[in-house]
Amino acid sequence: MKIHEYQGKEIFRKFGLPTPRGFPAFSVDEAVDAAKKLGGKVWVVKAQIHAGGRGKGGGVKVAKSIDEVRSLSKKILGMQLKTHQTGPEGQKVRRLLIEEGADIKKELYVGMVVDRGTQQVVLMASSEGGMDIEEVAAKTPEKIHKVYIDPVQGLSDADADEVALAIGIPPQSVAQGRAIFKGLYKCFHETDASLAEINPLILAGNHQVIALDAKLNFDDNALFRHPDIVAMRDLDEEDPLEIEASKYELNYISLDGNIACMVNGAGLAMATMDTIKLFGGAPANFLDVGGSATAERVTAAFKIMLSNRKVKAILVNIFGGIMKCDTIASGVVAAAREVKLSVPLVVRMKGTNEDLGKKILKDSGLPIISADNMAQAGKKVVAAVAAKQRKPVAPKKPKKAKNKAKKK
Amino acid sequence: MSILIDRNTRVMTQGITGKTGQFHTQTSRAYANGRSCFVAGVNPKKPGENFEGIPIFGTVKEARAQTGANVSVIYVPPPFAAAAIDEAVDAQLDLVICITEGIPVRDMIQTRYRMKGKKTLLVGPNCPGVITPDEIKIGIMPGHIHKKGPIGVVSRSGTLTYEAVGQLTELGLGQSSCVGIGGDPVNGLKHIDVLRMFNDDPRTEAVIMVGEIGGSDEETAARWVKDNMKKPVVGFIAGITAPPGKRMGHAGAIVSGGKGTAQEKLAVMEECGIKVTRNPAEMGRTLKSVLK
Repeated sequence: MKIHEYQGKEIFRKFGLPTPRGFPAFSVDEAVDAAKKLGGKVWVVKAQIHAGGRGKGGGVKVAKSIDEVRSLSKKILGMQLKTHQTGPEGQKVRRLLIEEGADIKKELYVGMVVDRGTQQVVLMASSEGGMDIEEVAAKTPEKIHKVYIDPVQGLSDADADEVALAIGIPPQSVAQGRAIFKGLYKCFHETDASLAEINPLILAGNHQVIALDAKLNFDDNALFRHPDIVAMRDLDEEDPLEIEASKYELNYISLDGNIACMVNGAGLAMATMDTIKLFGGAPANFLDVGGSATAERVTAAFKIMLSNRKVKAILVNIFGGIMKCDTIASGVVAAAREVKLSVPLVVRMKGTNEDLGKKILKDSGLPIISADNMAQAGKKVVAAVAAKQRKPVAPKKPKKAKNKAKKK
Repeated sequence: MSILIDRNTRVMTQGITGKTGQFHTQTSRAYANGRSCFVAGVNPKKPGENFEGIPIFGTVKEARAQTGANVSVIYVPPPFAAAAIDEAVDAQLDLVICITEGIPVRDMIQTRYRMKGKKTLLVGPNCPGVITPDEIKIGIMPGHIHKKGPIGVVSRSGTLTYEAVGQLTELGLGQSSCVGIGGDPVNGLKHIDVLRMFNDDPRTEAVIMVGEIGGSDEETAARWVKDNMKKPVVGFIAGITAPPGKRMGHAGAIVSGGKGTAQEKLAVMEECGIKVTRNPAEMGRTLKSVLK
């Protein structure tokens, strides 16, 4: 789960990390009030969306008067902010963070993630703050300093100090750097974070070290013990189809293509997407129906897949193990009837009660295209989309019948 | 021969009284020698009771002492599953197979740290389990698609493993053992560990390795294969079409920081002499093509 920068800073403060003073604002008036409350002469107006790269996209601006806070807030609130992480449509800005201006002498970077190789949390820090850290890692890996943190002892003072000096924190500020690194680890550990990033961490004019940004992601599997963090969830930042899917315990992710797919199991679902691509198609989504799909969940899955208007065909790929093919077949037939399916549907079923499942599909009278293996399923669904695109004006039903006839 | 488990393995089920634990204990017990292999259950609240004749003990230690079970399978719910692994490790079992999906990463980091220097091996979590066809099945995989034979199977996913096994069986290629190592970022045995075991197993003649996006376990395993493996290995990696930054179902299946892409893994595997296919329908045939 992701949260906004201003929420991340609220959490940071609880762990003693120094951040600029600031207030969230949901309207222009609130932004102006926030600036007045903060006082001073310089403010920063920061768009709050979950994607990174906000500055480059025009979502972070410095204001030197209250009027400027007003005009910038008016401009940024409601804009479609496009960054390298939002995709071409951008993300609508609904919240702002109004902060006091900071006196930046140097920008540094610090981040934490779980390192899978060592099965420990790793702290990464660099003197090259403010930049895309992946770029720094690729071009100048020697500028990234890493410490693997002992899960029982935590981050030691000595390790923290060494990293602070290595990234250019001056000796008189090393104690502050140490406190920030240790606080960040405590925060990471206690909130079950999966990513914690301060980019930039700044050296201010008065030798102070301050977290100018805050990025926190959390382990979805651990949210059950953090109701306070769950309360920070902002559904506006998430794909409505993914939210709808999660209500039915379906694992759904929207993609750019036009062939929807429904599969049981995450690995097989990815492999099915790959198969579609291999035969020249493009998957419209990832969808894992899980191990215990009922007719109700299959119907919900169909509705969700079809609410993506780009979808031109559906591929169902099921390897029945614990889940039986006849159960899935009944679900597919019920779903196809309920949603009055108007795009070609290719079904590949394998495993427990396979023959029974195939019979149910066949006896349904629905124009379902059956496939014996994944490759055949991939080819057939790509062909079905191509056939549809060749004759875009042809009425839907006869066209499906034609596909079926061709197959036989 | 086989790896990890065989007809002589004695198994206890941790979480035997839950719905999932009951169901899969039943199907595992009905498979091959299951009736003599599944000898105990553990539930701290129900010692002295039994599940369809399998005695239930309050602790793993007691179950081990009373029945001689040296392997456990875990169906305990995610908030308590890491503690269940800890208990099995403390009782010095040889092997723990954790099926549970959704264990917090922080719990697994602590558990893996505590396992250092201990003898217990861990398979999973978030995995289908391990099967040695015609001998014993520990886990949630459908037994009937398997066939006894010379091919080792190691995989990070569930149904994609069944897909590979199904293709092998259809081609008449049986399996020595099939190991699902699970889809979580912090887990027990990795591809490399299982490949080592297959390398040492006289009955295994070739191995199929199924991976997915995220992490670098497949690359590490591939480099080991290049220098050490005496038997042919073929591979497939799921997730060529997965966009970066999106978690594809499994907690561990995510391309992040430009690392863990399927293309990168496939390239390293090919460099290391592993024959790979980009078509998941060809996993079985690719393996057949490397057999002497």
